[in-house]
Amino acid sequence: MALEDAHIMDGLDQLEAQSIFILREAYRKLKPLALLWSLGKDSNVMVWLARKAFMGHVPFPVMHVDTGKKFPEMYAFRDEYVKKWNLDLVLGECPPVEDMDPSLPPAARSAARKTAGLANLIDQHKFRGVVAGIRRDEQATRAKERVFSPRGAGHQWDVRNQPPEFWDQYATPYEEGMHVRVHPLLAWRELDIWRYIEREKIPLVDLYFAKDGKRYRSLGDQDITSPIESNASTVAEVIAELETSRTSERAGRAMDHESEDAFERLRVAGYL
Amino acid sequence: MTQTHSPSSQVRHGVSTPIVIVGHVDHGKSTLIGRLLYDTDSLPDGRLVQIVESSRKRGLAVEWSFLLDSLQIERDQGVTVDSTRIPFQLDGRDFVIVDAPGHRQFLRNMITGAADAEAAVLVVDAAEGVREQTRRHAMLLRLIGINHVIVLLNKADSIGFDEARLKQVEGDIRQLLGRLEINVNQVIPASARDGDNIATRSEKADWYRGPTLLEALSLIQPPASRHALPFRMPVQDVYRFEGIRYVAGRIERGTVREGDLLEIGGQGQEATVAEVCRWHAPHHPVAGAGESIALRLEPDLVPDRGDLLFPAGDEAAAPLKAARLRTRLFWLRGEPLRVGESFRLRLATAEHDVTVASIDAVVDLDDLSLSPADEVPPDGFAEITLAVARNVLFDPFAPGMPDGRGVLVDRHQKIVGGAPLIGPAALPEGAKAIHPTASGVRDAVRAGLRGHGRAVFWMTGLPGAGKSTIARHAEEALSREGLHVTVLDGDTVRSGLCSDLGFSPEDRRENIRRVAHVARILADAGQIVLVALVSPLIRDRAMAKAIIGEDWHEVFVDTAPELCRRRDPKGLYAQAEEGRIAEFTGVSSAYEAPEKPDVVVPGDGDVARSVRHLTDAVHKVVR
Repeated sequence: MALEDAHIMDGLDQLEAQSIFILREAYRKLKPLALLWSLGKDSNVMVWLARKAFMGHVPFPVMHVDTGKKFPEMYAFRDEYVKKWNLDLVLGECPPVEDMDPSLPPAARSAARKTAGLANLIDQHKFRGVVAGIRRDEQATRAKERVFSPRGAGHQWDVRNQPPEFWDQYATPYEEGMHVRVHPLLAWRELDIWRYIEREKIPLVDLYFAKDGKRYRSLGDQDITSPIESNASTVAEVIAELETSRTSERAGRAMDHESEDAFERLRVAGYL
Repeated sequence: MTQTHSPSSQVRHGVSTPIVIVGHVDHGKSTLIGRLLYDTDSLPDGRLVQIVESSRKRGLAVEWSFLLDSLQIERDQGVTVDSTRIPFQLDGRDFVIVDAPGHRQFLRNMITGAADAEAAVLVVDAAEGVREQTRRHAMLLRLIGINHVIVLLNKADSIGFDEARLKQVEGDIRQLLGRLEINVNQVIPASARDGDNIATRSEKADWYRGPTLLEALSLIQPPASRHALPFRMPVQDVYRFEGIRYVAGRIERGTVREGDLLEIGGQGQEATVAEVCRWHAPHHPVAGAGESIALRLEPDLVPDRGDLLFPAGDEAAAPLKAARLRTRLFWLRGEPLRVGESFRLRLATAEHDVTVASIDAVVDLDDLSLSPADEVPPDGFAEITLAVARNVLFDPFAPGMPDGRGVLVDRHQKIVGGAPLIGPAALPEGAKAIHPTASGVRDAVRAGLRGHGRAVFWMTGLPGAGKSTIARHAEEALSREGLHVTVLDGDTVRSGLCSDLGFSPEDRRENIRRVAHVARILADAGQIVLVALVSPLIRDRAMAKAIIGEDWHEVFVDTAPELCRRRDPKGLYAQAEEGRIAEFTGVSSAYEAPEKPDVVVPGDGDVARSVRHLTDAVHKVVR
């Protein structure tokens, strides 16, 4: 009767089940809720997991904070999958770069625009929950995050005074003007994301795959992201490449190299 | 052969084993982690450069712990403030290291990191031996349910790997962990800085026959399958998409298959599993522990979030049921816990209103002895009894299992403590003959009958502040709108129900206790209750709040003391000042204003305005 056994869960199954649990908690406890869809690989996985959680539906809006500087391929991808996945898309605009804190280095200033655009969107729609696709292994500051991360009025992240989080019990907002960032992918690693994309056949923007010996490993704005040397032109080849790679994923993101604390300052202010 | 549920999952990828590193501050946790990553060749190139850079900037030799202290603020202070997770591989097996800080004020961060761990490495300085945080962390490992504990006697080089001294420290630690009912996997003499007995066997401790740390880690058994246990699924939510109702949840243990008959919650309702539903996966009629799934039930019932699904008609496979719960407690609030306080107990997806019925024992961290106490201090450990209005279904807490993981949250949804459920609690002596019964009428039904919600507005303020006057006017105004309102005011209560009581602190407390119980009964009947009572002490009001529970709203009638004195409607201030009334609040005994009242009603302006303040607050709550 082997066919009737419950199957043994592998690592991806466990990550998937946990992410579904988190998304269902967020949907139940944080209303109104929205999901940040950056069009990158992680946020596509996240939309996919939401469809897993809600039987093929995404029962809340997806937000795209548009810097106006994304690659044309990304806009095309967005317009195609809004329809295919039946998403309720909410668009947000970003203020001009001249309005940003001039003490930040150039690329961080550019990222700060996105932060401001996101803050406006959250305030405008009074979202109490915002689902974001960050992972602990991306960057040291992100390793400090909670799955449910409360943000004060003004979207501040109080890194040093975070609520306890254990046994799958998450903090929900308790004051007017607060919202919660929900991170269903926190425990995933870059390789897990790619293996899951392979297993589930999740569509991606072509920029992730090598063309003329270069591909993007991480996608930000056109002016602050650079491609890496690579010949990986399929998901399987990317996985093979990552299995032997030892450089960090955000190596192509200019702002991560500008100063040690620029990233931290951005995150405290509400950057992803 | 195992059935796979997705297109290409024939390739099984590694399941990570989370391990937490704990121990007293400066016993070498961060250095150990740096060393582990170095020895297992797990440092990404970028990280390595960062560490070297950071160390160079600060004029230090390469410091492995910088890898973890990645926040600028932490580096400047030289301490780790939050838990961090770092993956590494050992013989093809994936591990995730959870780093937890040693400073006691960061207990909640440590719990956050450690609660998911399968194994712990307890780092103890071989020269210093067991210290306060060693005991604290060991206690936590027990309460959060860690299955495997490896003890690393670090810095053993500082005592020359002396066998006799190390055996002595080992004995102390084994005794400590034994008292906590923690099984010790290994005790390893080591030096993280120099790499002795971490990845490679040390020549300095030739007497030691046990494994190195890496060998000990690879010996950790993966968690036993929870499939063979009786089925449990707490309902997380219920959805309806395209006319189909889905009961969603994660299976905590056991398996479920189509056709199984399940009991839903504690009310005896039963339903059959019509379908095990997943999206974008081949249909499979069975699901097991750990899976997040959705069920279609027949009949198409609508369970509530928190209802536990378990096998029907099998006594042996049913969870425990109790209205008094014995729990161990780790207390995370900045203020002490006292008997009579009310909380929400979260248990998986269920939530229950609970009151702390007794503090049975508090742990003394100097010697881990249990002793009776009136309160649990911040960051303290205790055994307490929780009283619940309705029966709670649960399985007792066990290490490595998701069962009985109670968490206490306050009325702002803040987590204030972990409360692993140990079992049902007996009723205390003297209370044995009393069996309170709970009403079967649901709150929503009562609210439907009344047309509004229920609430208790507890108005506190100085004598002469205007509490009774405002309450009576509000009563009239609200009644005119068709709301069901009762006023309980001090003098009126004292002329009847409490006519046997005087004004000593004990009698005042008793007066408040009785009024609170009456208010509770009235609120249960669906009433809006306005209590007008000086109730001068924060402590006494906390008791009233504990009795009344969620419906409690504190109203501070804020009137300047000089004005109360000038008004003196009953001539009481005058008499008190002449010394003819002893212990008169505001004159000869203290009034403690509420720190964070839910409503502040200014009492010095015109009465109509004060009344409006109160009625507005009432509307907000009961509409």
